[in-house]
Amino acid sequence: MSSTTTERTGYAGRPRQRDGFVGWITTTDHKKIGIMYFVTVLVFFAIGGIESGFIRWQLGQAEQSVLTEEVYNQFFTMHGITMVFLVVMPLSAAFFNYLIPLMIGARDVAFPRLNAFSYWGYLFGGLFLYSSFALGGAPNGSWVGYAPLSTDAVSNMAFYAVGINILGVSSLAAAINFIVTILNMRAPGMTFMRMPVFIWMALVTNFLLLFALPIIAVALFMLNLDAVFGSQFFEPATGGDPILYQHLFWLFGHPEVYIMILPAMGIISEILPVGSRKPLFGYAAVVFAGAAIGFIGFGVWAHHMFTSAIGPVARSAFALSTMFIAVPTGIKIFNWVFTMWGGKLRFTTPMLFSIGFVSMFTIGGLSGVTHAIVPHNAQQHDTYYVVAHFHYVLFGGALFGLIAGIYFWFPKVTGKMMDEKLGKLHFWTWLLGFNLTFGPMHMSGLLGQPRRTAVLPGELGSTVELYNLLSSIGYLVLFGSALVFLYNLIRSIKRGEASGDDPWDARTLEWVTPSPTPYENFHTIPTVTHRDEFWHRKYAEDDAGRVVPVPAGASEDHDPAAEHDEHIHMPDPSYWPLVQTLGFLPFGYGLVFGNFWLIGLGLVWLVVGMYGWIIEPLAEGDDDDPGEHSPANGTRAAAGAH
Amino acid sequence: MSTDVATTTLGIDHRKLGMWTFLGSEFLFFGAFVSAYLLYLDTTAGGPGVEIFDIPFTSISSFVLLMSSLTMVLAHHAHTQGDMRRMRMWILATAGQGAVFLGGQVFEFSVFVREGMALDTSPFASSFFVLTGFHGLHVFIGILLLCSLYVLSVTGKVKPNQDLKTEMIGLYWHFVDIIWVIIFTVVYLIPELAVIE
Repeated sequence: MSSTTTERTGYAGRPRQRDGFVGWITTTDHKKIGIMYFVTVLVFFAIGGIESGFIRWQLGQAEQSVLTEEVYNQFFTMHGITMVFLVVMPLSAAFFNYLIPLMIGARDVAFPRLNAFSYWGYLFGGLFLYSSFALGGAPNGSWVGYAPLSTDAVSNMAFYAVGINILGVSSLAAAINFIVTILNMRAPGMTFMRMPVFIWMALVTNFLLLFALPIIAVALFMLNLDAVFGSQFFEPATGGDPILYQHLFWLFGHPEVYIMILPAMGIISEILPVGSRKPLFGYAAVVFAGAAIGFIGFGVWAHHMFTSAIGPVARSAFALSTMFIAVPTGIKIFNWVFTMWGGKLRFTTPMLFSIGFVSMFTIGGLSGVTHAIVPHNAQQHDTYYVVAHFHYVLFGGALFGLIAGIYFWFPKVTGKMMDEKLGKLHFWTWLLGFNLTFGPMHMSGLLGQPRRTAVLPGELGSTVELYNLLSSIGYLVLFGSALVFLYNLIRSIKRGEASGDDPWDARTLEWVTPSPTPYENFHTIPTVTHRDEFWHRKYAEDDAGRVVPVPAGASEDHDPAAEHDEHIHMPDPSYWPLVQTLGFLPFGYGLVFGNFWLIGLGLVWLVVGMYGWIIEPLAEGDDDDPGEHSPANGTRAAAGAH
Repeated sequence: MSTDVATTTLGIDHRKLGMWTFLGSEFLFFGAFVSAYLLYLDTTAGGPGVEIFDIPFTSISSFVLLMSSLTMVLAHHAHTQGDMRRMRMWILATAGQGAVFLGGQVFEFSVFVREGMALDTSPFASSFFVLTGFHGLHVFIGILLLCSLYVLSVTGKVKPNQDLKTEMIGLYWHFVDIIWVIIFTVVYLIPELAVIE
């Protein structure tokens, strides 16, 4: 890279450093962006976890007042927003970033600078939301933000409306990026039905994001305009209909559930075959079930609104569609079980978390089907039974799957193993703490304990009190378990055992390259001839049908000394994604406080950032005619010398 | 990462595929606003309703916007021929027509406000202003893109063989026009006809 330093000029120079602080904040490398997502998620996870600790402290006994109602409402609202939008979704995005190009045999995503834009949008969106604590109080109207409470200034929900919209823009950009990457950048020979299941689930998830995010954007714009600028969308006094908000929110909100769970399903669909030493049972069924969930997921939203005024016809229709969506989910669960059936199981930490996913998610799925029954649903509505249900699918499901992924791909990212002993300790305490926290909530909910209530009423009785005490003890177990995980993570990064290139005897393309992944991902882009390509390079069948290793099979794409048959073109770093996304802050504060000067400043900032982005010089001539090089743009030979 | 079209899996340029994907998302954005508008057609809280629309006036500005799609196609055609002078002329014509449309919208809004319909009058007024306002914002962004294309083609950043850039802006511009066809039909024409009957 250094040989091109003086040749690139333009309206603004382009950063050339790949290392150090500047290297990180200007990076367009999908691997580094994935790591940045991961680290940011850890911070927000800690904050969201501490908020839930206060909730459990408050509810540990009846009639306690550790927190005021006001603060309690802010904490449970921010806990929900944080875990959904700042932890589970971006943690999935971290995996998408790191793994999609590697698994499809590409060197980066389709739009590397847009990828950096997505990360910075996520970070600033999260900081924006949390800045509300210092600017008049955090949102306290719950993560669903129902109008007309949320349009009242007392709920501080303008921060919610604008903050989630900033995160939405970032997610939308990422969704477009990943869709184009998966559709358009697969290695030669990787047909749709040879794609790893994780890639399939990433594709479905990102299409869900693509079509669900604009709907929540509309709902949030209306909310923002109602709360700050006097529009009347949800104002009952002039005929506005708060039910419209519920429809728009859940038309996004239910696909959102699948946006959070499908990536984890993809992850365990990769880990279970490796840990069972068998191919995934019914690959096509798992893929089509995932796609079916994507479609049906847009047709079940009103089961969140059975107690709202939607009428018996809508209730019946949505009850049926809700039962129906359990079918593809059930197909997947059976496929995972049959994958393990008769396999040579290795109970490594990622495998344990994957099995934990299947079992805990099944419990959450079963309590989910009970919500389809309208009278039952009316009984459970807004009780802790619902809280138990969605924690079983999002914590017991999504988070277990994502943690399995962390243990599984840690060696890919760092070249080191995470400690197995600590990993198993983490798993068992995590499983215990999780069930202790959320299991009793089924009972306390059925006994009538309402959600979102700051004080546990004493008249509910000592049984409910006991369940709440158990939940609070469970939280402490989870907290300790999280510390074990954090210690394991830091210790393994510092002095973990070297993993080698393929520690799990894995099946997919990301393990073809050395671990940690080299800067350009693949020295030579692999050609794909099978599903589970890497496994087929390592093993073949002998005449009797037994699996035998192929001695030299895996080495062909490995050899760093091999002649590069192509010129490797990697994306340049850029300041502009960071500079441009900073404009979201004045724009956002302007929308929250109704200040048109700030809105104008933010808009100008965003537009100027866009121009900087468009006109910054490219390293290797202009993108549309790579054959033509002016001296000002640097030459291909020089830029390729890195 | 830039790649030749020949090396992409689907044989389509990344940027073009990305633009199509984005426009797919945009349809749901406007779809949700149109649904809200239809829900609130009669919710006027005693203020003005659909009878306030001036159909002849809006028809003219709609016609201007639709014609801008024609000049956009001509601009792209000129670019594929490498005729940058003609391309720039049609780009200016397209942006100019967009500006006329936008001016018409600003005028229309100011008339409505004078006649007693503002953002906070009723749910009907809110959904009308926000839906058409977001469309106007899209037209404005389109004009910005067209003017940028004009300037960058003068400075040489957009070259005669890069007609993809004009095509992409064209895709966006046609999308904004199609949305207006839907808005004009659903928001103005059909409710107005219902009032006449």
